Amino acid sequence: MHDTTAHGPVFTGERRTRLDEILARYPTKQAGLLPALWMAQEAHGWISDAAMAEVAEVLELTPAYVKGVVTFYTMYHRHPVGKYFIQVCTTTPCNICGAEGVVEAFLRETGCGELGATSDDSRYTVIEVECLGACGFATPVMINDDFIEGVTPENVPDVLKRYA
Amino acid sequence: MGYPHPSHPKETVVLSEYFGDADARTYAGWVKRGGYEALRTALAMEPQAVIDTVKAAGLRGRGGAGFPAGVKWDFMPKQKSKAHYLCCNADESEPGTFKDREIMRWTPHALIEGCAIAAHAIRAETVFIYIRGEFTEPIRVMQAALDEAYKEGVLGKSAMGTGVPIDIYIHRGAGAYICGEETALMNSIEGKRGNPRIRPPFPAAYGVFGMPTTINNVETLTSALHIIKRGSDWYKGLSLSNPKSTGTKLMSVCGNVVRPGNYEITMGFPMKELIYDLCGGVHDGRTLKAVIPGGSSVPVLTKEEAEACLMDYEGVVEAGSMLGSGGMIVFDDSADMVYQMMRIAKFYAHESCAQCTQCREGTAWTVRILEKILSGKGEMGDLDLLLDVGEQMTGKTICVLADSCAAPVGSAIKKFPEEFEAYIKGARSPAGVFA
Ligand SMILES: Cc1cc2nc3c(=O)[nH]c(=O)nc-3n(C[C@H](O)[C@H](O)[C@H](O)COP(=O)(O)O)c2cc1C
Ligand code: SF4
Ligand code: FES
Repeated sequence: MHDTTAHGPVFTGERRTRLDEILARYPTKQAGLLPALWMAQEAHGWISDAAMAEVAEVLELTPAYVKGVVTFYTMYHRHPVGKYFIQVCTTTPCNICGAEGVVEAFLRETGCGELGATSDDSRYTVIEVECLGACGFATPVMINDDFIEGVTPENVPDVLKRYA
Repeated sequence: MGYPHPSHPKETVVLSEYFGDADARTYAGWVKRGGYEALRTALAMEPQAVIDTVKAAGLRGRGGAGFPAGVKWDFMPKQKSKAHYLCCNADESEPGTFKDREIMRWTPHALIEGCAIAAHAIRAETVFIYIRGEFTEPIRVMQAALDEAYKEGVLGKSAMGTGVPIDIYIHRGAGAYICGEETALMNSIEGKRGNPRIRPPFPAAYGVFGMPTTINNVETLTSALHIIKRGSDWYKGLSLSNPKSTGTKLMSVCGNVVRPGNYEITMGFPMKELIYDLCGGVHDGRTLKAVIPGGSSVPVLTKEEAEACLMDYEGVVEAGSMLGSGGMIVFDDSADMVYQMMRIAKFYAHESCAQCTQCREGTAWTVRILEKILSGKGEMGDLDLLLDVGEQMTGKTICVLADSCAAPVGSAIKKFPEEFEAYIKGARSPAGVFA
């Protein structure tokens, strides 16, 4: 369904070398699955059925097995997301410090409107996530690989200036 | 130094000495501060002597269960017939807990040193540090430190030139709280879904890749380095209340306090002083309502229970909860306990791996019943129903995630019944999205 984008192969050249280095750490090829999926997501921004099939072939697994693993872990995207993927923690410790207000501010300022939706300009996707392991710095927010502490509804517009 | 606040005079600064000190992150900076001396000492010792030293110090696991670290290491086979592994648990996802992140981002070489000492003790040639996927900065800092440690000959085929082979690799998680459970963590390393395994067999007999394995938390392994450096008598002496709880503990304090952050205390330190003196108490005009002292999985303490609590493994049990991971969530009188319990239950429902019926159904139904109460449609019988569901979730599943949902919710119903009843009796209007 999702798989409308044609990607080139992931594991060629430098990436293939890097994967082989990683595989040498483990006694099984299967153990390279999480690292291989991270590399696929780095390459294309999300993990398509074609990418899963390629990972399966490289690691001698079945595509169905790979899909079973991909769907278990929340950080692997199975469809394209906005250029800036925004994750806001709303678990209890952040919740009592006002995290739901931070979510609202992001939805409003990005024009996403609702959780999980991508803004019309394809720039932003906002989701709520569970505890990010930084509860003393409420509210922590991840934007792609950046980890931002102490976000409040008031400073959301400032934070977003860096992600235009 | 302390981070994000300077260390308070009442803290006992051991693990957190260089928090906030960027120079300590580098190999040269670490060595200048006495780094890698403990590893050199340990490598010159027989593995059994290292185990005995850690045992004598009384160090207990800092990941939540408090199992004696030396005893766990002693379970590993003494005659090596196959590969041994050490897994360092850096999945840190228990709501309220954020101490391992600080250890990794400020003192990465301390964790490497602790891992290498433990690896030598249990005769493991390979260590996997399993770091949660969201910890992009700690992963970067740890990888840079590992690269340096290899370059300097600390790790590799002959660690510090002693002939002992020790390799340490980072394995990045991908978003799943359950992978912090030790057997799920091993499955995740193997490239599988993070489903916990039925025990026995225990990891020391059949762990990652079916080989003898020990799993320890970041803070546990980092503490071991200080025990080797300063001796078990010194460590054992760090105990203010019960001699079965020794050493220092990093307490992550969050929620409604003036100065949230990590505070390093000696075991047995009074919770009241931690909240009011170190963290500055609750905000002006507010009063303390409740504390969840050990990460969101443990029972709630009332203000009175919290203020009388001494923080060590036994003291927190006496107060009516558990020390757990040391992630303290502080609630002031503005917190809606019903809404927050729903939010905690939602966390567990989201994170359940769904293998066990009691957990999959129990966590989901707990959320639904709490939402019904919050929407103003609750009945008095719902409270007994919640307690009954909680009982069915306790002690019956493959891992304790189900129990971890039942414990806070059940205790809140018993300790703050008036808040639940207010919604049921219509004395309080429906909350938020449930209105
Ligand atoms: C659902 C669940 C989640 C857990 N998450 C973590 C975690 O994030 N970090 C951790 O160190 N231990 C976690 N644990 C505890 C581990 O299973 C294990 O007891 C611990 O890593 C052992 O290390 P220690 O003896 O040094 O504490 C979790 C346990 C359960 C049941
Ligand atoms: S208790 Fe829950 S999380 Fe643990 S194994 Fe069972 S279903 Fe999975
Ligand atoms: S609850 Fe938000 S980071 Fe832990």
